[in-house]
Amino acid sequence: MNLRSIPFSAWIGIAGIAIAIFCALFAPMIAPFGERDVVGDVWLPAGGDFLLGTDNLGRDLLSRLIYGARTTIFVALAATVLSFSLGMLLSFTAAVVGGFTDQLFSRFNDLMMAIPTLIFALVVLAVLPQHLWILILVMAVLDSTRVFRIGRAVALDVAVMEFVEAARLRGEGSLWIIFREILPNTLSPLLAEFGLRFAFSILFLSTLSFLGLGIQPPAADWGGMVKDNKDGIIFGISAALIPGAAIATLAICVNLVVDWLMKRTSSLKGGRGDA
Amino acid sequence: MPEMLSVKNLKIEATSYPPGEPPKVVTLVEGVSFTVQKGKVLGLIGESGAGKSTIGLSALAYGRGGVRITGGQVLLDGKDILTLDKNGIRSIRGARVCYVAQSAAAAFNPAHRLGDQVIEASLRHGIMSREEAKKRALYLFRVLGLPNPETFGDRYPHQVSGGQLQRAMTAMALCPNPELIVFDEPTTALDVTTQIDVLAAIKHAIEETHTAALYITHDLAVVAQISDDIMVLRHGKTVEYGATKQIIEAPREDYTRALVSVRQTKRDEAADQTGTQLTIEHVSAGYANGFKVLHDVSMHLPKGQTLAIVGESGSGKSTLARVITGLLPPTEGRITFEGKELPRALKGRSNDELRRIQMIYQMADTAMNPRQTVRDIVGRPLSFYFGLHGQKKTERVNELLDQIEMGGRFLDRYPAELSGGQKQRVAIARALAAKPELILCDEPTSALDPLVAEGILNLLLKLQEETAVSYVFITHDIAIVRAIADSVAVMHRGRLVRFGPKSKVLSPPFDDYTDLLLKSVPEMEIGWLERVLKTRRMESAGN
Amino acid sequence: MMESGPLTGPVPTDGTAGASHPRSAELSGVPAKPNPAASQSEIGGTFWRRFTFRRPLAALILQRLGLSVGLLFAVSLMIFGGIEALPGDFATTYLGQSATPQAVENIRKDLGLDKPWTERYLSWLGGAVQGDFGTSWASKNSVGEQISKRLGNSLFLAFFAALVSVPLAVGLGMLAVQFRNRLPDKIINVVSLAAISLPEFFVGYLLIMFFAVKYGVATFPATVYDSMSFTERLSAIALPVATLVLVVLAHMMRMTRAAILNVMSSAYVETAELKGLGMFRIIARHAAPNAVAPVINVIALNLAYLVVGVVVVEVVFVYPGMGQYMVDAVTVRDMPVVQACGLIFAAFYIFLNMAADILAIIANPRLRHPR
Repeated sequence: MNLRSIPFSAWIGIAGIAIAIFCALFAPMIAPFGERDVVGDVWLPAGGDFLLGTDNLGRDLLSRLIYGARTTIFVALAATVLSFSLGMLLSFTAAVVGGFTDQLFSRFNDLMMAIPTLIFALVVLAVLPQHLWILILVMAVLDSTRVFRIGRAVALDVAVMEFVEAARLRGEGSLWIIFREILPNTLSPLLAEFGLRFAFSILFLSTLSFLGLGIQPPAADWGGMVKDNKDGIIFGISAALIPGAAIATLAICVNLVVDWLMKRTSSLKGGRGDA
Repeated sequence: MPEMLSVKNLKIEATSYPPGEPPKVVTLVEGVSFTVQKGKVLGLIGESGAGKSTIGLSALAYGRGGVRITGGQVLLDGKDILTLDKNGIRSIRGARVCYVAQSAAAAFNPAHRLGDQVIEASLRHGIMSREEAKKRALYLFRVLGLPNPETFGDRYPHQVSGGQLQRAMTAMALCPNPELIVFDEPTTALDVTTQIDVLAAIKHAIEETHTAALYITHDLAVVAQISDDIMVLRHGKTVEYGATKQIIEAPREDYTRALVSVRQTKRDEAADQTGTQLTIEHVSAGYANGFKVLHDVSMHLPKGQTLAIVGESGSGKSTLARVITGLLPPTEGRITFEGKELPRALKGRSNDELRRIQMIYQMADTAMNPRQTVRDIVGRPLSFYFGLHGQKKTERVNELLDQIEMGGRFLDRYPAELSGGQKQRVAIARALAAKPELILCDEPTSALDPLVAEGILNLLLKLQEETAVSYVFITHDIAIVRAIADSVAVMHRGRLVRFGPKSKVLSPPFDDYTDLLLKSVPEMEIGWLERVLKTRRMESAGN
Repeated sequence: MMESGPLTGPVPTDGTAGASHPRSAELSGVPAKPNPAASQSEIGGTFWRRFTFRRPLAALILQRLGLSVGLLFAVSLMIFGGIEALPGDFATTYLGQSATPQAVENIRKDLGLDKPWTERYLSWLGGAVQGDFGTSWASKNSVGEQISKRLGNSLFLAFFAALVSVPLAVGLGMLAVQFRNRLPDKIINVVSLAAISLPEFFVGYLLIMFFAVKYGVATFPATVYDSMSFTERLSAIALPVATLVLVVLAHMMRMTRAAILNVMSSAYVETAELKGLGMFRIIARHAAPNAVAPVINVIALNLAYLVVGVVVVEVVFVYPGMGQYMVDAVTVRDMPVVQACGLIFAAFYIFLNMAADILAIIANPRLRHPR
């Protein structure tokens, strides 16, 4: 692989993600004002001291957007990493061990997937107390059902190959088979899947926050900022659209990279053909 | 004699898109010229990747995927079809030139009845009326020996067998009365006993309809039965082109000579019995859903010798290998190895028991982890079974690579950087690394080109002499059995039909199935097909 | 081709994942295409096995129906029983943290929380089957009554969104296939990729900003009430429908494109081409009959998503449907409402997924014409 073979669209995606991560890492240094400081009048228009204007409480929108990148990316990433670890572990175990374990895991996964994710999250969050770690955990568990399904399919694709059978015949243990034989051969599709789940997590977290069930105020978070400022819309104040656009842009950037990863993913048997 | 098809100086290219690299233009075929006369058959023969299918499709001015015809002429009845526009090409395809694909099962549309698909081209090109087309289809079904020709057309593709589908595809090609038919490996996917019927049907149909044909195959013995001329191809170029008789009986090129002679290696069976290595007693096995695959199979193998298990697909020969390895525990019976009964399932076997039985697969591609180097692949059994590490391990890997005639420069290559034959050699080295007493070989040469396959067989024989390892060799190829086996087991539909020393199993008196199997294997001899069909007719007349 | 899933949407069926979909994997285990060697003699035994052999289609459909009922039952158990297992007590939740133990005890009795949960589950399920979901803790109204009003509103919204998006998505998908790897296809690819990444509320507010606030051609909020005429209702839901369409369209279109491409690259389409047939005939006669099943599957899966997608859209547009009802109930922890809404959403989702599977089974010629 060389850098020149990366298409233009993927570069846009990489650049966008880099900017967002930069904002998240160095928020206190870049942001002109504090996260929770009321610095001016309510819903001031863009320009002047406040590059993007102020929000429903008179806080600087740009500063909140930069701090919001921190919360949004951290929570979405944490949930994705967790869901991925959980989904991969369970799906690879199911694929390698097979038999009753596989049946048990798969049927339970079917059951979890029979309830739409958002509805499931609403039901569960209605009962559980509002803590950040609970939110991350709920997002991770719900999303891991999707990871499980893909992971099991990918692992089964590889697990039926003869080099895995050869390792079994040699007497290798399950851990060796999972980590040394299967995992290295599934990295490429799984990397794309990780990107996909991350984009989904960003959107899902934003939706929950928008519905008032995600990140709790006064912490800044893009979905919550849309909720805070939505009442301005009918007065023609576009403060709610700015964090909305930020969510959309980040999700698009991640998807552009994923799209490229998918295209260069080729199966073990050779090209994957058109799609 | 009118020239039906004349191909001149054909050049075919394709663009490949290797992941992560800029696109490349590859030349698939270069400088190929030939002619086919009316009523004659030209055989195109070569290994996979020799460009024979690509040439065949060029007769329809068609390229698969990114394949383009970039030079030369394809003259059909004197007119270059490569210069035609879209409509011109369309009026030729399916009307004047027809195509028979290797996999009829995929080439028929699952949503429509066979009869409708067979007559479709004739109707759409306005060649005949529906009534005429139906009549012709019925006639062709009869000529091709399909069962219940009157109602055969009412069936859907998935309702008939593979051999019947292949014949139906031939009927579909013949229906519009084309001037030329391209047969693209029409019998390759079939079992050898089915192949002979389809082959005979195709030959008969060609003779009946006086069409010209291109017959593409990798099997010289098959093409010798059906073609008037043969062109041998390799890497997209012509190796030799001449009359069938000349190619088979007096080949001029080394490559052709090797193709003709490769099937003629023979080895005498070992005379002495040195104690029993493996005994299979009354073994039955099946899958969890209750479907039984093996029925009461018994056989045994002396130390240091080779047992060949022959059968067609579905005979249970590969299942038997899975039972021996423990991947599929038998439901009944027992397997004794070196005088000790083997635990049924893989899980119950000790590492030492696993070490002593190794396996070589048909597809070396999938039998090796593509993310591991030759060093890792061959070295793993060394560290796993013998605890070798570092310098000692590398030394031993080098020794093994020398043993398989490859050498240390391959140490850090990945499987993708090896040729098919080299991969299979590395797989053999991996098996050897465990110092096994028995190696199960599951068709290790059937995916390889004939020359390479011969090299592998010779290597296996050499290793047997050096290390006194025993082989269970699973194959569908009688020629290989003749070449390497000491004893032979013939299997059919999960049962053992015949078992014994090679000389006894392969000589009369035969049971019905072995007789059919042996007689169905094409021989490198002109007129073999006629001879077999004649004896068959005489036998059935005698009955 | 895998795509990014819309929120709560069904995971798209791609090459590998679709092939080994756990549920369909189980279905394919049924001897739909029995090994010829197995023949009649091997198929003896129970009535069901004989039935499966003779009428594989009917057997598969029956099996799929049974599976859905079982799944729905399990989901109801999960929605009710699973919540019981979670930490936190309803009575404390209901009264707030400062409640005295005595008050908590009283309220537990009031809500029937003192009885064993199995008993409460059975009476809840018994009521749910007859449309009685108990009374709301917050408003003391009958949940069933509220739902019967709001469910109609939500379905009204989803129906019109489907009416617009399905033909549009299939049409665009076919267009993308027709111009595969050329400019229109590439544009559609990039635009749809972007559209998939848009959160529903962003699309919604964007539309409100332009069409309701700036140009004043649409109404916001999208309130509907009983006395409204049909056309008034239609104009009220114009923006929410547009939002749903935009959100679901890209996804459905990409899946349609992949499904049709899959068929177009098959060997039998090549055969048709080598017969010299015209493009129209190849598509109409050889590709379409085989593409119908996967495309119907795509549609049904996306309809399942639509039913759920209404949740966010209803909140954005303050539309009196099931979604808003549920979100409001979640914020005040009104459990009877949350459970009832959750069960109904899940039921629609399961039903549409089942419909997708059954339609795919029916469209498979191998099952329609058994050996």
